[in-house]
Amino acid sequence: MTQLERRLLADRVWKIVASTLAGLAILLLAWILWTVVWRGATALSLTVFTAPTMPPGRGGGLANTIVGSLVQVTIGLVIAAPIGLLAGTWLAEVGRGRLADAVRFVNDVLLSAPSILIGLFVYELLVRPFGGFSGFAGSAALAVLILPVVVRATEDMMRLVPGSLREAAFALGASRREVVTQVLWRAARTGIVTGVLLAIARAAGETAPLLFTSLGNLGWSFALTKPMASLPVTIYQYAGSPFDEWVALAWAGALVITVGVLALNILSRVVLAPRGKASR
Amino acid sequence: MNIELSEMSEQFRQRRADLGDPGETKTKISIAGLDFFYGDVKALHGIDMKISERRVTAMIGPSGCGKSTLLRVLNRMYDLYPGQKAVGRVELDGEDILSPDVPAAALRRRVGMVFQKPTPFPMSIRDNIAYGIRLGEKVSKSELDDRIEWSLSKAALWNEVKDRLHTSATGLSGGQQQRLCIARTVAVKPDVVLLDEPTSALDPISTARIEELIDELKSEFTIVIVTHNMQQAARCSDMTGFFLLGKLIEFGETAGIFTNPKDERTQDYITGRFG
Repeated sequence: MTQLERRLLADRVWKIVASTLAGLAILLLAWILWTVVWRGATALSLTVFTAPTMPPGRGGGLANTIVGSLVQVTIGLVIAAPIGLLAGTWLAEVGRGRLADAVRFVNDVLLSAPSILIGLFVYELLVRPFGGFSGFAGSAALAVLILPVVVRATEDMMRLVPGSLREAAFALGASRREVVTQVLWRAARTGIVTGVLLAIARAAGETAPLLFTSLGNLGWSFALTKPMASLPVTIYQYAGSPFDEWVALAWAGALVITVGVLALNILSRVVLAPRGKASR
Repeated sequence: MNIELSEMSEQFRQRRADLGDPGETKTKISIAGLDFFYGDVKALHGIDMKISERRVTAMIGPSGCGKSTLLRVLNRMYDLYPGQKAVGRVELDGEDILSPDVPAAALRRRVGMVFQKPTPFPMSIRDNIAYGIRLGEKVSKSELDDRIEWSLSKAALWNEVKDRLHTSATGLSGGQQQRLCIARTVAVKPDVVLLDEPTSALDPISTARIEELIDELKSEFTIVIVTHNMQQAARCSDMTGFFLLGKLIEFGETAGIFTNPKDERTQDYITGRFG
């Protein structure tokens, strides 16, 4: 075998190995999706979206858990997005030296912190001192989860804006605030929005931070000072229950979350897609 | 090379006849004893230079010679970067612009800048122009419309974009984008327009258009252009400064610099012996 033949053979082997492993990864993903869709679809009905959770044997749906999740994710986002946006902007535009390095490091740690830890942290901060689980504590835990993602996305995206664009804005006599809010944010908009959407998708699917904070609620209650239901926690509780109808509902909930997160991911891709030449 | 030079000098005689004597105009920017530092590295050494009003002054020299650095002193762009420092005196109409009493944003309204790469903002064509105007002035909508048309006409872009002012500026061609940036800069009505290698990212036809434009703009603005392209300096400037290793080697009328340089190093550079 000549050297060239050996190299071509090695090339072919590499290609086969890489393709097989890629196929395996996709297969696993497809399997999970298929299971969720199949088991979820058979359990899905209109009552899932209209009726609240009920004790076993009385039917019921997931309406309160879906609304509870929406409420907590929305409040978490409202808390975290502005802080994250401004902190990320500070890191990209203003912060220099040790302090900025420290902030970036802490943010990276927060980004990779186990979500159960965030749940415990908020439990000590907002649940124990106030004597009970609450929807607000759940929102706060989700906010802590969302925050580092937004900080990171904002900083990264703003760093991608060409320096010449910043200078061009300054060259027109703009102040730093004007440059940031009117030019840089605009230029980095799609990237930042994508980051926020991905953060929402992550928060919407988290169970651990909510276990110790908003706990869950069987009734139709959205008072922020009371325990509040959420989809992931309900799935967690129902899936492990001995009642068949609860297990079925857990599958239905899993499908709802999967479709929701998938929709957000697709939306973020659409937002990020290069816009047509004649936009607007 | 000799043929080219004599051709050039013929062009210059023609141009000078068209212009009258460039020596007659008053000084717009006066630079005296200017040093510049990137941290501890000294990039400009004692620059003395007088830039004439409503003339095109070109700065040429090999890469790293300090010509762009000097340009960025004139609108204090270096202010954005901690560690960069200018020492000396730079006067615009007799006022020391390096003084901390002069806000950089106010200076930049008077001294506009166009960059090497076109830098349209991610907004519509109209908003790109309106942005700079609105930063410093309160104008009515009709005034704004007039000013947008005026500046786009100045930049020889009006006819091409008048029917699509509300489309995204990033959809324009490179040459159009650069003319948009020129329009955006003149819309603010500065006294001085700085051009930092404005055509180095453009094709020859767009380059020719921008050069024509420079020639027209100098009736209203004082223009300082940094260029790597010596023919460009020869074609569109009245005065030329040759820089080498952070020093101003020779400064004078463009015709003189290109046909009869006094310094051997200038001679070597313009005849292409190095750089």
